[in-house]
Amino acid sequence: MSGSAVLLQFLNGLAGASSLFLVAAGLSLIFGVSRIVNFAHGSLYMLGMYLAVWLSGPLGFWLAVPLAALGVGLLGCVLEVLLLRRIYKAPELLQLLATFALVLIIKDLILWTWGAEDLLGPRAPGIAGAMSIAGSLFPQYDLFLIAVGPLVFAALHLILTRTRWGILIRAATQDREMAAALGVNQRLLFTSVFALGALLAGLGGALAIPREPANLEIDLSLIADAFVVVVVGGLGSIPGAFLAALLIGEVKAFCIALGYSKLTLAIEFVVMAVVLVLRPWGLLGRPQNEAPASALAAPPLRFASIEKAACAIALALLVAVPAFSGQYALVLLTDILVFALFAVSLHFIMGPGGMTSFGHAAYFGIGAYAAGILVLRSGVPAEIALLLAPLAAAGGALVFGWFCVRLSGVYMAMLTLAFAQIAWSVAFQWDRVTGGSNGLIGVWPPQWLSARTSYYYLALLLCVAGILFLWRALGAPFGYALRAGRDSPLRAEAIGIDVRRQQWAAFVIAGLFAGLAGALFAFSKGSISPETLSVPRSVDALAMVLLGGIQTLTGPVWGAALFTWLQDAVSREIDYWRAAMGAVLLLLVLVLPQGLAGLATRWPSSK
Amino acid sequence: MKYLVLILLALSGSAYSQAIKIGELNSYKVFPAFLEPYKKGWELAVEEINAGGGLLGRKLEIVSRDDGGTPGDAVRAAEELLSREKATVLMGTFASNVGLAVASLANQRKVLFLAAEPLTDKIVWENGNPYTFRLRPSTYMQTAMLIPEAAKLKKKRWAIVYPNYEYGQSATASFKKLLKQAQPDVEFVAEQAPPLGKIDAGAVVQALADAKPDAIFSSLFAADLQKFVREGNTRGLFKSTPVFNLLAGEPEYLDTLRDETPEGWWVTGYPWSEINTPEHRRFREAYEKRWKDYPRAGSVVGYTSVYAVAAAVKTAQSADTGKLIAALKGLEMPSPFGPIVWRTIDQQSTMGAYVGQLARKDGKGVMVNWRYADGAKYQPSDQEIRALRKD
Repeated sequence: MSGSAVLLQFLNGLAGASSLFLVAAGLSLIFGVSRIVNFAHGSLYMLGMYLAVWLSGPLGFWLAVPLAALGVGLLGCVLEVLLLRRIYKAPELLQLLATFALVLIIKDLILWTWGAEDLLGPRAPGIAGAMSIAGSLFPQYDLFLIAVGPLVFAALHLILTRTRWGILIRAATQDREMAAALGVNQRLLFTSVFALGALLAGLGGALAIPREPANLEIDLSLIADAFVVVVVGGLGSIPGAFLAALLIGEVKAFCIALGYSKLTLAIEFVVMAVVLVLRPWGLLGRPQNEAPASALAAPPLRFASIEKAACAIALALLVAVPAFSGQYALVLLTDILVFALFAVSLHFIMGPGGMTSFGHAAYFGIGAYAAGILVLRSGVPAEIALLLAPLAAAGGALVFGWFCVRLSGVYMAMLTLAFAQIAWSVAFQWDRVTGGSNGLIGVWPPQWLSARTSYYYLALLLCVAGILFLWRALGAPFGYALRAGRDSPLRAEAIGIDVRRQQWAAFVIAGLFAGLAGALFAFSKGSISPETLSVPRSVDALAMVLLGGIQTLTGPVWGAALFTWLQDAVSREIDYWRAAMGAVLLLLVLVLPQGLAGLATRWPSSK
Repeated sequence: MKYLVLILLALSGSAYSQAIKIGELNSYKVFPAFLEPYKKGWELAVEEINAGGGLLGRKLEIVSRDDGGTPGDAVRAAEELLSREKATVLMGTFASNVGLAVASLANQRKVLFLAAEPLTDKIVWENGNPYTFRLRPSTYMQTAMLIPEAAKLKKKRWAIVYPNYEYGQSATASFKKLLKQAQPDVEFVAEQAPPLGKIDAGAVVQALADAKPDAIFSSLFAADLQKFVREGNTRGLFKSTPVFNLLAGEPEYLDTLRDETPEGWWVTGYPWSEINTPEHRRFREAYEKRWKDYPRAGSVVGYTSVYAVAAAVKTAQSADTGKLIAALKGLEMPSPFGPIVWRTIDQQSTMGAYVGQLARKDGKGVMVNWRYADGAKYQPSDQEIRALRKD
């Protein structure tokens, strides 16, 4: 590479970093103050893009950008007041489910409003051309972007250090309870911070339109990048986000410059994994005192009597179903059983274990791929593959888990996400073994299991056995020790529980059963592709657990059943099924913040 | 005797009222820009066929499902179409991984699957099966269509950019192989494989420029293509470097470029406004009349897919899977692009595409200097295909 090429790629990296920073800064602010992991941040960015393209028609680009940003900020304000404010007191992470529902709704809303076609925005008047730098042409607009990043950073810095509002934001970021105790108006603070974060997302989107078309894929592709920047920088730290955006922008630009463009598929997640392993709170983050307040009071998970009855009835019905139902019911029920096992395995570590995972699909996917590879590449009989595949998933969990249990809270969740993305990119690129982006085709069960009814009974047997085993383990000393580690690590250590080891073991067990679910899934579908271990699948599992009720025992099963059935029914009956799905999820979040099974256990008999 | 007639009448009556059902599934909400025109295409065909008296005296009905864009959900949707809706034929899919998964299911459940949109070569070759037929010209075919023009330029140093998944990878592999055959002294000096939908266009354009290529081959499309074109225009990459880009002439992708449309690029596509053969004019007029909109490439695919099923049913005089498959093999039928044949060797149709150059006209992109590339002519040898297919 010549010197001028290095310089230009460095500038490319800076321009990329600036736009990353704008999004990440808003996300970081929101998380810092309200602890909301805002999945909808990418959607707000996307909305900013569409608004800006739309407004720049009549008003021109330079007027459209601030108006679009303000519009998105206003929407953020409304969302906070109407929706999020109602669920701050709900179990942790329920807000995540709400913002996930918003992602679905905003996507369909944009599709409905602006149509399916990508909208390429105008160039920025006045700086539409290029200027010569070191013998090459470089877009003037990119130079402008390079300046915008630091300017916004400086403005945020001034607000946070020089204004009363900024001081309150910092206080709440450091210790929310203390800030509240000192009489800070929390409602106003939360609303205003969410609005500011949304405004920054909208601004980021609006400023992106001269460089990329407004399109419906941008929300999810952006949100992952934004999370990475926030976590690498340290949650709630604006300078950290700035530094991380620079780091990732430059790493990406130089991957491309040096001819390793294929690495850009997952390079940011590799960076995140390395940073988190070396610095568990990100580059500039601080350890957070995030005692899970709601979990402290959580009673041990026992069957409520109504749950016991419901389970018995459900099981009896499931056994009897093939006698009176059509074939399709069996297909759908097989899916439901598989996802129920998957969700229960996630709940195993998330609920009683207190370890949130944003990447649980990794183990589901490893199980599915192991089954497929064994059958197609090694000629192992399907029955044996079904037994061996979960072990492969457990192996994956053994390795990833070792790193993950060293962290806690959202950092841990993000490390699981990073590992899942790395596993995904391996599946995506390793053509010879995994079949690359097409995946493995023709993973069918053996003849005697190939009828829908026989496969259904196999799934029923294995999933119910898996679920009962996991529930039993939670009621055994193993589960109590796990819970002790969640509620009070210090005391647990003091009475001789090796908390990390306990968590690690739980992680591996959860991986094992997620892998079993994945293998069953593979044989029921006949093919698997990288989406089996992609982020959306992990998010689905989270949604199932949260929908069912994280502080309950049987909740994940009901959550998985409802979620899968809804998706199937809604996508068949309703054109804009994503929005409909989102609306139902929102409604459930608002009406049943404790989850479906929480209904049964909402008022446990006082002891 | 009277009773027998009555019974016969009743039987034939019920046969008449029972429609021939196509189970259609596609990723309508994941790829709406391509699939809304596709849907309009098949709706038009169904209306035309039923207005003409249906098939074998029976009505043609399509039950359509959103496949969610993932193989898992698509297989479930297909199972529902087969077991609950009792569909006779499966049709549709867009993404290659989804198409391959449904093809494998069709093989497992022994039902005819007409893959409409997927481009992957594998669906008719490596993973081909007796139950799967594919309409649209494949990645290999469309790449091969660009080779004559590419070889004619006699450019030595080529750079390649492609979205990093199977479509881009196999387009690149085929292009390198075929161009090397046509022009043995060719050199490939740079390769960029950005993730699908996430191209870092500035850095990619700069890296390509630094390799100083004589020409560029790209298989980018949709948002990646738009970003690449705008960055390349601003940074002057295309000024003296000819570019060959698969698919960029399809209205779905070309129309979004508007005044950024790079002039002189060689592309495969569909110059809908300029094809004035009688069969295409008839199709275009019917489509514009029905939808008050012009047809896209997807419209032709949806429209022709339904007519392919109809032609198979008419030839077989039956809706039985085995007979349909036998009928479709080697079947010649009309299409808006002219007559096409369903090849016996790999069950790929010979529907072609249009090869031409991009130009700007009234602030919009159009194709000029185009020719129709008949899909029958852009195929590997039968021997190569037999080696790939396992059946």
